[in-house]
Amino acid sequence: MEFLTTIEKTDSSFLEEAKQKCGEDLSLCYQCLKCTAGCPTAPYMDIRPNNIIRMIQMGMKKEVLGSSAIWLCVSCETCGTRCPNKIDIGVLMDALREMSIEEKVPAKEKNIHLLHEAFVQSVKRGGRVHEATMLIDYKLRSKDFMTDLVPGMVLFLKGKIPLFPSLIKGRGEIKRIFERCKK
Amino acid sequence: MKFSYFPGCTDHSTSLEYGLSTHEVFKTLGVELVEIEDWNCCGAAATHSINRLLSLCLPARNISKAQSSQAGPLVVPCAGCFNMLKRTEHVLKNDETERKEIEEIVGFTYQSSLEILALMDVILNRIGLEKVQEKVKKPLKGLKPACYYGCALVRHPKITQLDDPENPQYLDRLMKSLGAEPVEWSYKIDCCGSDLALTYGGVVKKLVGRIVSMAKEAGAQCIVTSCGLCQANLEMRQEIGLPIFYFTELMGVAFDVEKRENWWKKHMISPKGLLESLKLA
Repeated sequence: MEFLTTIEKTDSSFLEEAKQKCGEDLSLCYQCLKCTAGCPTAPYMDIRPNNIIRMIQMGMKKEVLGSSAIWLCVSCETCGTRCPNKIDIGVLMDALREMSIEEKVPAKEKNIHLLHEAFVQSVKRGGRVHEATMLIDYKLRSKDFMTDLVPGMVLFLKGKIPLFPSLIKGRGEIKRIFERCKK
Repeated sequence: MKFSYFPGCTDHSTSLEYGLSTHEVFKTLGVELVEIEDWNCCGAAATHSINRLLSLCLPARNISKAQSSQAGPLVVPCAGCFNMLKRTEHVLKNDETERKEIEEIVGFTYQSSLEILALMDVILNRIGLEKVQEKVKKPLKGLKPACYYGCALVRHPKITQLDDPENPQYLDRLMKSLGAEPVEWSYKIDCCGSDLALTYGGVVKKLVGRIVSMAKEAGAQCIVTSCGLCQANLEMRQEIGLPIFYFTELMGVAFDVEKRENWWKKHMISPKGLLESLKLA
């Protein structure tokens, strides 16, 4: 009886919001755990992919949007490919990250979010990503100056991190696209 | 035969040897690749992680450029770019409301006749393995590669529509046609950890370590891949010194193209010793 009472009290607004945002029918999940079994980063997540879906069904918005799981997903799409109910969980994870940014929930995995931001800003500046300035921008944002300095230098010496950016002519068009897509 | 070509940002940086070998191989095959004018970054995983609409509009601008170039189907070497362009194509083809929004923001009219193809697909299904075999001067005899597909080319299959998502065969078939003997193994579609390499190096080291050691256990002398990020992760985050090739580099070896010495200099793990031992250097 206690279980039934919980169901009655469940707020379904988060489920509806997430469904609408990602376009996937999250109610179909019957917890077969195929997604979690095949996920390369699940061992490092605080909430496993199958539990993310269950918690959305239970209306646990704060816990889901504040989880490390949504940031540790690398969009490899193993989950979505194998889901017997055709739920594209990779697309759901994208939608959850966007929702957490919109609702200003601090990213549990700050550096992953900062790297994405640094990458996107680099594209905004030149139309193409420029690894050197993108990485400096990321290092400044994350204050993680020491990691990967040696491999970075080796890549630079091999000519694989160009000093100068390759700027496109249509930078104005890119700026306009960014403006129009701004949330 | 002619195609329009989207090199992607890593063509001039971390995947330098992929671009160089692609151009040499296509020259040998007599197939022209016309770089689309003033192309922009596809947005990569970073963009779809934080802004879905932007992640559709950035590739859409490249689709619009390819349409106006009229140089034929759009060929994409980078697995990540291919995935982003195909995601956009999927939306443009199947969601009228979003298509109109994207068209309005980017300022173009989508023509569904434009095909978007992975480089590997072009080699296997447009040029054909028969033509490839005709150009082989140095069969890759004795070479046992593990063919590694990673994620972006085979998943999600509704988007990429390229090969079997659990047991793809494209690279294996290509390697066999060059005279190599690809090994059977179980990690060909396991994720390398992608851009977590920069933020969670330890996780990527574990994932890469497993892939590389399983390739070795299966008897592989090297891994051959078709993705720039996979190649970089597999080469930089492993500890056993297994060479990691782009498939176009091994095509170049089999075609005996000159200039391939330059490609090996770009590798973190030099494959020269392996090639010399098989008289393929």
